[in-house]
Amino acid sequence: MTAATSESVGLISKFRVMFSVHYAEMLTYRAEIALWAVATMQPLIMMGIWSGAGASGHFDFDQIGVQRYFIVVYIIRQITVVWTIFHFEWLVVTGRLSPMLLHPVDPSIRFILMHLGEQWTRLPFALLFAGLFLAAYPQTVTGGPGGELWWPGVGNILLAIFFSYFAFILLFYMQYTLCMAAFWYERVAAMDSLIFLPYMFLSGMIFPFEVLPDTAREVLLWTPYPYMVWFPASLVVHGEAPVIKGLLIMTCWLVVFYGLSRWLWHKGLKHYSAMGA
Amino acid sequence: MKRYLNILRIFWSASISAEMEYRANFIMAALSSVMMLIGTVMMLFLFYRTGYQMGGWHWRDALAVVGAFTFLDGVQATFMAPNRIRVTEYIREGTLDFVLIKPIDSQFWLSVRSLSLWGVPNIFLGLVILGYVIFTREPSPGLVNVVLAITTLLLGVLVLYSLGYLLSTLSIWYVKLYNITMAMQALVETGRYPIPAYKPAYQAFFTFVLPVAFMTTVPAQFLTGRGTAPWLIAAAVVTAALLLASIWFWRFALRYYTSASS
Repeated sequence: MTAATSESVGLISKFRVMFSVHYAEMLTYRAEIALWAVATMQPLIMMGIWSGAGASGHFDFDQIGVQRYFIVVYIIRQITVVWTIFHFEWLVVTGRLSPMLLHPVDPSIRFILMHLGEQWTRLPFALLFAGLFLAAYPQTVTGGPGGELWWPGVGNILLAIFFSYFAFILLFYMQYTLCMAAFWYERVAAMDSLIFLPYMFLSGMIFPFEVLPDTAREVLLWTPYPYMVWFPASLVVHGEAPVIKGLLIMTCWLVVFYGLSRWLWHKGLKHYSAMGA
Repeated sequence: MKRYLNILRIFWSASISAEMEYRANFIMAALSSVMMLIGTVMMLFLFYRTGYQMGGWHWRDALAVVGAFTFLDGVQATFMAPNRIRVTEYIREGTLDFVLIKPIDSQFWLSVRSLSLWGVPNIFLGLVILGYVIFTREPSPGLVNVVLAITTLLLGVLVLYSLGYLLSTLSIWYVKLYNITMAMQALVETGRYPIPAYKPAYQAFFTFVLPVAFMTTVPAQFLTGRGTAPWLIAAAVVTAALLLASIWFWRFALRYYTSASS
């Protein structure tokens, strides 16, 4: 075995250990995390309002299609929840970031594994809630009288999961870039809405992308947002989405934000005075 | 009574001076309020541009609901959220002891102790939208209906307060329930649009289980000629019931409070 591979094997087992530590840690807070699955129910709420719109015949989609869409969006939303800015602000303000700087692994990797631990604790609850909604509206699955049974296909589901996790990493580094402001200005959590509000309104989380005027849709497809929710949801519900374009645009945005966050990290550390330490 | 008003003044001026330390936060809050409002109105536009009417409500009438929600959102961010967070904190750390020994009603103290200016932009924007609807709607709602709308909106504030207090009282038993506020807030989001626009099961849930309908839809009903006496009576009854429940439940829960680390 060469040195490079043994090193990467070591890294993967380190990640596995870190993940299991954070997963165990998060499991102890499962009651709170279950509430997070409720707190992220906005897509299901929007389902209740768009469903009537779909039934009215004023739109290009029907009631069943829109219900499928929002149930899938709810699951995707679970994968893309990012809260690192609240955690990071606390780490900087209390000086708890300092010991993390001594670790041989970059803190952002640890934060991502923490998110995964929290996410895996939350997912069973979210799947349960999604299941309850499907049980309450069984036509979403059966397609109703004369409709087709809903089966998106394994390939589309796997592709959607891949893109959801890609979206999670992208959203994470977008927020992490903002986090870096904490080195100069302690209270950064308030700035989260700069990323969160466009994400909420432009990603397709609260409306199906089809309702947008064409020009608005064309413009938005150059931003990272539609690929975070509408794109994977569209794969599962309609079985189609511009995969190559999506991959390219998401990669570009990831390079931009990852690079920016790294650069700010190095500048910020010089400014960091380990408050409270 | 006078003593309570005096205390209120001291609490709030202290909170405001503390908030002034983070002025930039206020600008951020104002910016996100404006973004949120633009997003919500854009969303309404997406519904209405095809000729669809949410639950049979006209564009301007739906806007009244948005206005009421924005106002309520501001009120809760200013007066309720900062206190709700603290109740959980006091219980977890055992510092509730110091509140309980004060010669003042503990629920009053815990409900008004702090104030945050974050919600002020939303209060302002909400009032602007409501004013816009009142002055431009044809036919005009008329003075009586405006008074009734304001009354029901204030009842809505009390409903939201009582629900929030009921939930934070739960932290006497489940100590680390910070997220319960988040969960409730997410569900209250339904009130951003007229409740009749939702599916029947949602309407039932958000009228009888979590009475969001009484917070924003009922006041907007009075502004848009849909208000009826039964709704007014129901709003008064729901508010009184929840307010009394929050008081009773707090007193009941205190019997189970065992402090921390003692």
